[in-house]
Amino acid sequence: MTARVRAVRPDLRRIAPPFVVGVGFLLLWQAFVVARNIAPYVLPKPTAIWDQLTANGSQIAEAAKASGANAIVGLLAGSVLAIAAAIMAARSRLADELLTPVAAAVNAMPIIALAPVFNTMFSSTSAVPRRLVVSVVVFFPVFVNTVRGLRQVDPVHAELLHSYAATPWQLTRTVRLPGALPFLFTGLRLASSLAVIAAVVSEYFGGLQTGLGSRITSAAANSAYPRAWAYVVAACALGLAFYLSALLFERLAMPWRAHSTS
Amino acid sequence: MSDAAVRIANVSKVFATGRSAQVCALDGVDLVVAAGQFVSLIGPSGCGKSTLLRLIADLVEPSSGEIAVYGKPTRAARLDQDYGIAFQSAGLLEWRTVAGNIELPLELHGVPKRDRHARALELLELVGLPDFASHRPSQLSGGMQQRVAIARALAEKPKLLLMDEPFGALDEMTRERMQAELVRICAETQTTVVFVTHSIPEAVYLSDRVVVMSARPGRISRIVDVALGARVEETRASTGFFAKITEVREALRGGGSAASQGANQDANQDANQDATPPVSAAEMR
Repeated sequence: MTARVRAVRPDLRRIAPPFVVGVGFLLLWQAFVVARNIAPYVLPKPTAIWDQLTANGSQIAEAAKASGANAIVGLLAGSVLAIAAAIMAARSRLADELLTPVAAAVNAMPIIALAPVFNTMFSSTSAVPRRLVVSVVVFFPVFVNTVRGLRQVDPVHAELLHSYAATPWQLTRTVRLPGALPFLFTGLRLASSLAVIAAVVSEYFGGLQTGLGSRITSAAANSAYPRAWAYVVAACALGLAFYLSALLFERLAMPWRAHSTS
Repeated sequence: MSDAAVRIANVSKVFATGRSAQVCALDGVDLVVAAGQFVSLIGPSGCGKSTLLRLIADLVEPSSGEIAVYGKPTRAARLDQDYGIAFQSAGLLEWRTVAGNIELPLELHGVPKRDRHARALELLELVGLPDFASHRPSQLSGGMQQRVAIARALAEKPKLLLMDEPFGALDEMTRERMQAELVRICAETQTTVVFVTHSIPEAVYLSDRVVVMSARPGRISRIVDVALGARVEETRASTGFFAKITEVREALRGGGSAASQGANQDANQDANQDATPPVSAAEMR
């Protein structure tokens, strides 16, 4: 399976351009702040942020771990629920008519604004409220994409399975689910970044003070702006790590699509 | 006639095409396919040949009339896996390996893993792809994919093989090679075949009998008996081959007299040999 190895290995020519753009952007930022003599509370220099990153390395890693754990637990719980709901919606019209409007309504709700409500529902030392917020945020993109994938069955496959006298569950297991994987992973890719955003932002509303979000607010409250930015950078990195993991998982789960565009 | 593989009696199929419009796909079709025979259905598009195949496969239900597959109702035959089926599109599952695709029907019917894998390898040998068991369908050419589809159709050792233009999407060279393969496979497995095609040479080369159909409404206009014997490369250049091609072509044009070919068929077909009135009751509705 050389194709798989080639697909997973990062391609230098694809990575170089965004890398150059990123470095150029940082250089411009630095030059702009120095030249205009901008105060650190308005916009700190990238070098100052870097100093804070290296000085607080272990605390940042701890905070990223706490937020990352909330994001991953919420992402898994929300996705599993969404996939189960999608299977039900694809198999029964009634389930579809019940679930789809509810999912859309929940999605329209500013769910992160519910974080303080969840915080009072559970004890203030509990990570459950954040994980709950992440699960709810993640649910919709995974649900909608998976339902769509499950509905798209090649008519030839449907006739074939009918000729085999396959049960509805056999059709789901052997044709619908594998055929829905590309759609499911599109949903998961969206959800992976959303999970980190939801985990970090839900920490802005009190509760446990362990994650990146709480550290950003407390650093900002203490006027330690470069440090707040350092935590923001860590949140970016965490989001990127989640996204790339989803991408890698997608490649590994669908070796027959090693060359799919992402 | 206990040796009939397929017995179709006075079958009609009317499709509702939205609003009150109806299309009469088949009208009063009678046909008997004897066990071990290779029968082709040929006709212009819209003559209902694919519909007839799907009726035998119990993928659609007849509006009226009776179909029996080895003496059973089609639904029972489908549930008992008495037939294997292959379509114009190979319809392989891209996420399964070639062997995994052939094993699919066996897997669904609870055949143990080792047995079904052994069967898949045996079938890959039969269709001439012994080294491709662990390949993905996307790594195969169209002709190779179609061989896999045929292997899959044969997985359950069906007594009846239903094929809906299986070579329709292949280039001419591949197509002729696949036809020769199919003749060999059928001889080896003693399978009855109902084969839908719109290629006259293909129908003549493969078949014991060619069922010529006409459109709107779909009816059997004539049945041509072909007896080419053992098919070799030279068969395609033989005078007997061309004579039968001409005969089928004339039958398709609706010209020529209903020659003696139809006379020695099963009595069921006699009704179809007669000139049918231009407007049927089904059409009036």
